[in-house]
Amino acid sequence: MFRNQYDTDVTTWSPTGRLFQVEYAMEAVKQGSAAIGLRSRSHVVLACVNKAQSELSSHQRKIFKVDDHIGVAIAGLTADGRVLSRYMRSESINHFFTYESPLPVGRLVVHLADKAQVCTQRSWKRPYGVGLLVGGLDESGAHLYYNCPSGNYFEYQAFAIGSRSQAAKTYLERRFESFGESSREDLIKDAILAVRETLQGETLKSSLCTVSILGVDEPFHFLDQEEIQKVIDTFEKVAEEEDEAEGEAEAAPAAAQAEQAGDQDVAPMEI
Amino acid sequence: MTFTIPIENGNGVKDAEADSQRTLYPYVTGTSVVAIKYKDGILMASDMGGSYGSTLRYKNIERVKAIGKHSLLGASGEISDFQEILRYLDELILNDNMWADGNSLGPKEVHNYLTRVMYNRRNKFNPLWNTLVLGGVKNGEKYLGMVSMIGVSFEDNHVATGFGNHLARPILRDEWHEDLSFEDGVKLLEKCMRVLLYRDRSAINKLQISKMTEEGLTVYEPYSLKTFWEFSAFTNPTVGAEGSW
Repeated sequence: MFRNQYDTDVTTWSPTGRLFQVEYAMEAVKQGSAAIGLRSRSHVVLACVNKAQSELSSHQRKIFKVDDHIGVAIAGLTADGRVLSRYMRSESINHFFTYESPLPVGRLVVHLADKAQVCTQRSWKRPYGVGLLVGGLDESGAHLYYNCPSGNYFEYQAFAIGSRSQAAKTYLERRFESFGESSREDLIKDAILAVRETLQGETLKSSLCTVSILGVDEPFHFLDQEEIQKVIDTFEKVAEEEDEAEGEAEAAPAAAQAEQAGDQDVAPMEI
Repeated sequence: MTFTIPIENGNGVKDAEADSQRTLYPYVTGTSVVAIKYKDGILMASDMGGSYGSTLRYKNIERVKAIGKHSLLGASGEISDFQEILRYLDELILNDNMWADGNSLGPKEVHNYLTRVMYNRRNKFNPLWNTLVLGGVKNGEKYLGMVSMIGVSFEDNHVATGFGNHLARPILRDEWHEDLSFEDGVKLLEKCMRVLLYRDRSAINKLQISKMTEEGLTVYEPYSLKTFWEFSAFTNPTVGAEGSW
């Protein structure tokens, strides 16, 4: 994407019918570190890669509990993500106060999308620079949604956002058809394996990833490091053999990824 | 030019016009509503009267209405406030339906919404002068609750408003049990309504029973109860009471 004379204002259309500022906001999402979501009929797992600014600092929180039955993982400008998570918590708790009933996640994402759309139609605002993977429950079971800075939202069986998410998406595309009937344990395993894909070479340790789960009879909570390490241990041995076979297959798509280019110069606010 | 008549009422001096906007007393009122849970859902009964003070002025008022697909709302107290509540709920259900996403507001949600409305109005010293009974069935779960004009709200297996609390609930406490059949439920409600008819001055002998089950709502045609007024206690009420005439 190159600079042009229609990209200064979010309220300026290009002659080809594009709003460049919105598209640039979506680029910010691609610079953030990866976040992954997958769902079965009854559970949703959200996982993300922990990136720290330096060895001295702790890593940023990218997964937030919105309510017992809704969680969100973000990628992009984490400050924007925090503000939107606070909005989601507020909506959820206000609904519960009025109706004594959990807010259906499908309705929450529409509120969120409408809020994002406002920022694409005001000259004194800018779009939120964060993509949100919202997992939650409603009357028909478990759902996973992706909310864009553009104000669009989509429902997914499984999805990944952020840098090197293409590798995770490729993995998920191969396996998503079985997720619907997956057991809780298999879903967690697939999530961690998808995280591993985005690391591309780095050894997978439980300190590198955060995993959370929610389900029909299970309120949202994070898995602790031991649990994650246990799952990693079950496939680490097999992984060594797989890696050699997959190494060549991955090299080609890895080189073609455009998002790789920005990695070295990742801005401090976009962890 | 408007006159400001100072009225001291604890909140300082108020404009007379402001007072005329608040509910001070009810005008056209409905009397008791009685409702019970039974095997398949909820049964609710009320008479069809609207009193204007002590005059039994209106004889065809439906005081039990359906809300959405899952709930029944019965009201006693000011009829115009009941109609206002129906308008609020109409809008609520309409917006809920517009989502068209497979989720819908069940009786529990409507009950809590009403509790919030009633309590907030009470806090502004401008109550909706009603006691509401909210019952319904959703996904096999039966729900029955009540909200008063001051925002007191609770759930139970059987509820009543107004005089029904004093005359009907003792009967229900003794004779209600889980899994009443439809016939037994109606008989029990009729027993309560008959006592209310004898003893409540604002009751009329024209009652309507409504039923809510998983399948939906049925409102039965209004009918009258058979009454017997030749009891010796009625013909000679003061025969045992010393000092009465």
